[in-house]
Amino acid sequence: MAQAGNSTARPVLEIEGITKTFPGVVANDNVSLTLNQGEIHCLLGENGAGKSTLMNMVFGLYRPDSGIIRVRGKEVHFEDSGEAIAQGIGMVHQHFQLIPVFTVAENIVLGNEITRGAFLDLDTARRQIDALAERYGLAVDPDATVGDLSVGEQQRVELVKALFRDADILILDEPTAVLTPGEVDDFFEVVKSLTQQGKSIIFITHKLREVLAVADRITVLRAGQVVGTTTAEGATQQSLANLMVGRDVVFRVDKAEPDPGESLIRVQGLRAQDDRGVETVSGFDVEVRAGEIFGIAGVEGNGQRELVETICGMRPATGGRIEMLGKDATGWSPRKINELGVAHIPENRSKHGVVAQYSIADNLVLNRYHHRKFARRGVRNGAAINGEAIALVEQFDVRTPGVDVAIDTLSGGNQQKVIVARELTGDLQVLVVAQPTRGLDVGSIEFIHRKIIELRDRGVAVLLVSAELDEILSLSDRIGVLYRGRLAGTVDADDATREELGLLMATGTTGEHS
Amino acid sequence: MTTVENAAGIAGTSGGARLDRQSVSGLVFGLLGVALIVGVAPAISSSNRRFNFEPPPDPAGIGFDPPTWVIAIGVLFLLTAALGFAPPAARQWASPARLLSALAVIPLVLVLSLALSDNPSTNIVNLFNESLVLATPLALGSMTGLWCERSGIINIGIEGTMLAGAGIGYMTYATIGDAQSTAWLWFSILISVLAGGLVAALLAVLSIRFGVNQIVGGVVINLFALGLTGFLRSEVIVKSGITTGVGTSEFGLPLLSKIPVIGDQLFRGQPIYWLMYVVVIGTWVVMYRTPWGLRVRSCGENPHAAETLGVNVVRIRYQSVILGGLIAGLAGAWFSMESQARFEDNMTNAAGFIALAALIFGKWTPWGAFGGALLFGFSRALGTRLQFLGVEVSGFEIPSEFLQALPFVVTLVVVAGAVGRSIPPAASGQPFHRSR
Repeated sequence: MAQAGNSTARPVLEIEGITKTFPGVVANDNVSLTLNQGEIHCLLGENGAGKSTLMNMVFGLYRPDSGIIRVRGKEVHFEDSGEAIAQGIGMVHQHFQLIPVFTVAENIVLGNEITRGAFLDLDTARRQIDALAERYGLAVDPDATVGDLSVGEQQRVELVKALFRDADILILDEPTAVLTPGEVDDFFEVVKSLTQQGKSIIFITHKLREVLAVADRITVLRAGQVVGTTTAEGATQQSLANLMVGRDVVFRVDKAEPDPGESLIRVQGLRAQDDRGVETVSGFDVEVRAGEIFGIAGVEGNGQRELVETICGMRPATGGRIEMLGKDATGWSPRKINELGVAHIPENRSKHGVVAQYSIADNLVLNRYHHRKFARRGVRNGAAINGEAIALVEQFDVRTPGVDVAIDTLSGGNQQKVIVARELTGDLQVLVVAQPTRGLDVGSIEFIHRKIIELRDRGVAVLLVSAELDEILSLSDRIGVLYRGRLAGTVDADDATREELGLLMATGTTGEHS
Repeated sequence: MTTVENAAGIAGTSGGARLDRQSVSGLVFGLLGVALIVGVAPAISSSNRRFNFEPPPDPAGIGFDPPTWVIAIGVLFLLTAALGFAPPAARQWASPARLLSALAVIPLVLVLSLALSDNPSTNIVNLFNESLVLATPLALGSMTGLWCERSGIINIGIEGTMLAGAGIGYMTYATIGDAQSTAWLWFSILISVLAGGLVAALLAVLSIRFGVNQIVGGVVINLFALGLTGFLRSEVIVKSGITTGVGTSEFGLPLLSKIPVIGDQLFRGQPIYWLMYVVVIGTWVVMYRTPWGLRVRSCGENPHAAETLGVNVVRIRYQSVILGGLIAGLAGAWFSMESQARFEDNMTNAAGFIALAALIFGKWTPWGAFGGALLFGFSRALGTRLQFLGVEVSGFEIPSEFLQALPFVVTLVVVAGAVGRSIPPAASGQPFHRSR
């Protein structure tokens, strides 16, 4: 799309000098941005940079403290989203705003109902939805119940919802976070065809690859401020990352050749069920040796959560065998597994990683509070705990006013550093880690990646589960793809391509040729 | 291919040692069936008993032999039990069979009590009508709960709202205007309705504006209404001298009440009773067929999603809770100006709580809740009927308290087996704060 640099570009949305503060935080500081007719404008920034806040103001969910928003040249002050929708603005939120028990048609018409007399007219709505679906290539079944749909289908419903309201300015908040690589490509096709039909799109993301693939122009936000606006042609991943983070970012995780030793994790035919009693791990085998990182890729919901929890003793295995450091650890309690030298960085940070109301110091000794060093005859040794905490906070670069503040006052990145500090302390030989950098800023991601590599070089066996394919590719020595509770294939990290892995993730096979 | 695999996986996992609903209810029905055929049927004497369709003298009806019916129902139970353990292909019949068996408990109780009674006959059309009439406040109360919970507000103050409506309406009737005037009676009923709306508005302000815990808010309303109406009765109503009124009068529906035998029994009734049907049907139509109803339901499921579509969640919740209150006020008027025509302390007697049970039984749907109300109404009517019949077991008359409680116990046990898990609106009870 070459309109970007075109001198005839017509602005449909102008944001000028917007400032928004929440108690104690300046979320947006004098932010300006222009969206032209028919362009895809990427809004790039780390988590917490203020992207979503800005867009929520454009969509009428928040009100700016100061600054001006103009839609097609006219200044607007939205009281609620209804007014933004009336101006042709549509937003697809990062967390879908759908009602699972409603049908697709009901979800789409809600708030803009078609009526016949005093009554809902869902028949007409159905016809209109079918027409929209046809026109934009967004297949949805108006009578399906939304809760039964896949994530990709739900996203299409969200798009049709916005188009149903005649939105011609579309805000897409991290739309690819939930999609497989293949689905992402399809999604980009849809987005491009939308702009060809005259829609203008703001695309919020923190993934550099995607920005370069779809954007006409790019605006980078850092800590609430615009730090640069550029075109896709004039940018590289490196230049964008540096802008986003504010310093030079090292992409390649430097690591030496692996030197694998004896096998420390050996899982055979593992079976486990999810909370509803449905089997989601069905015959999983893996072997991880000392000094290597085995990465498990896969679309979320293919049994990752249950697999990790079962291996760490948090969930009973319904079949199969788990061997740790040569011992049969099937059915062992989490503590017994932990004391063997197995550390676990859980996927759900707030639920399984920390006790939100406890202090940083208490969180740092959650796995060792009962050791002689920290407690004698059932009485805690506060001084020893604090001393340990202060040392760990220093060593792991946790940014905090002190070790006695509640951990939920810290940012996600710093909470994760606390967890990493706790789990990596002591004599460990196996690390099981799930989604270690989800929702973290680039700085924390780098830090945690370095720590994982350090451990592997020290001879620890690392089992890494992540939904971020880039993370898997840059850290792992060997990569397995989890598909419907089974290992669909294992590839050497040096030979792995995104395409091959994407195909395995989506279909469970590599197909005839790839 | 996929679905087959999944289905097999699910069946495989649930086939383990876990006791699921199907096998438990299958077991219960199986044991009941065996007990009926082997134990109960031989024990009761074969005799000619009658279900009448109209009052004496010389009523129409059908005669029956109790042991035969008991065996028939026992066989039905055994079939249901067998289906519960049948191979998956036949399992599609298990659920309807359970429902049928659950409903068969009603004739079973009737047949058994008639068999054990000295009275050889009873009028079942009249019993059905009594059930409907007694279901009036329960059905209205459950519609109150439906509107509140579907919009996201849990209302356990239905009982208090009804009581306030009953007391304030009757006070208006007894103290201000002409107690003999029908117009004044109707004005007082209107005051009951408005009083209900006002009390609900209090709950709405507490829970929506101030974010008070909704359970606590409901309890406050129940206690407040109990105290307020007690005070009004002793200090205002009793002193007015009009402790008993005339109440609304019965009328027959045109044409329908002329149907032979059943017309006059089923299609004659008092106005609030008829209004109950209007409210239930109206609730269903508005909730499922209008834009406003769609919005109400969205607020109870995912208010934040509703907000992103420009729905004013706070306003919808106020409207729904107050509408619910108006309906509860009407239920209150039923107590003090239709059923009894006087006001007594705590005269709603937990109807508001039973209405909530009916709502849950009905899975938060209008017709389900109405069915629940009808079942509890039937339990009350039957409890009273059993006392009149004087049921004896081997010479001992069963105490009336037990007979009154029995239908409720049976109802609950049966419902537990026949009605699946009830899932409330997802956002029910969650305070909503607008983002800013």
